Amino acid sequence: MTPALAFDLLLIAALLWSAARALTIADVFHAVVLFIVFGLLMALAWARLGAPDIALAEAAIGAGLTGALLLDAVGHLRARQREPEQ
Amino acid sequence: MKAWLTALTVLLCSGLALALGGAMLALPEFAVRLPAQVTANLDTSGVSHPVTAVLLNFRGYDTLLEVAVLLLALLGVFALSRHADEHAPRATPAHPVLQTLARLLAPLMVLVAGYLLWVGAHAPGGAFQAGAVLAAAGVLLRLAGLLPAWAQPGRLLRGGLALGLLVFLAVAVAGLPQGSLLHYPVSMAGALILLVEAGLTLSIGLTLAGLYLASAGAKR
Repeated sequence: MTPALAFDLLLIAALLWSAARALTIADVFHAVVLFIVFGLLMALAWARLGAPDIALAEAAIGAGLTGALLLDAVGHLRARQREPEQ
Repeated sequence: MKAWLTALTVLLCSGLALALGGAMLALPEFAVRLPAQVTANLDTSGVSHPVTAVLLNFRGYDTLLEVAVLLLALLGVFALSRHADEHAPRATPAHPVLQTLARLLAPLMVLVAGYLLWVGAHAPGGAFQAGAVLAAAGVLLRLAGLLPAWAQPGRLLRGGLALGLLVFLAVAVAGLPQGSLLHYPVSMAGALILLVEAGLTLSIGLTLAGLYLASAGAKR
């Protein structure tokens, strides 16, 4: 097994694992973090497939900006959950 | 009951994924060899990177409409967050380490965005990537509490948001007398593409950052 093939197999396993965990985990914050991890791994996969343009866009928009937006949404949700208790 | 529903959903989704994969594998050979056509016409596109040539020259329509859709999405966010901003949104001070890091990184990110814009003509890069880096710089500054949220975007900001689309439309219409919409003269194609991309970078950066900055100021 060449190092490149081993890396690809690891990448595929990590992609599938992070995707499955992001969908099945109960806590929303953890799901968002896993989504960001998935986005970064996906960017790596695009780079391995020889599509650096898509890799750049995926890393910046898919993982970075969408992640920031989702984290902001989680913050809003938590703030709303806390309000009735006060 | 819930477990059954989950199992059913997983089954249906897996079935859909398998069907899509099967359909992809069963596709007939393409009748038109688009990569060969792009390579053959690359000399007349004004740039030497095939992806940029397709995005801004051969299929400029797609990019023009994408930018318009992006602007519409931001207008939707503004429309939704307008009524929720009775509290003047101000920047909350963040940890000094984060503030210092943001101050150090923001100029570098602007530099990287400029590099990506310039390098797009002959290597991976271009307006969307450069704009995304600019937007990330904006989000980082906002998170560090150095940038206020956009409660009421001023005239300059609105102008910047529309600039990319306006420049693109102007260049597209300017080609009309020579033939068709979005038809660049070969000798000027490179400069026109760079002009359009520069406008797009600024507008895309502002728009993507605005998606965050406008909603982040909604309720704090």
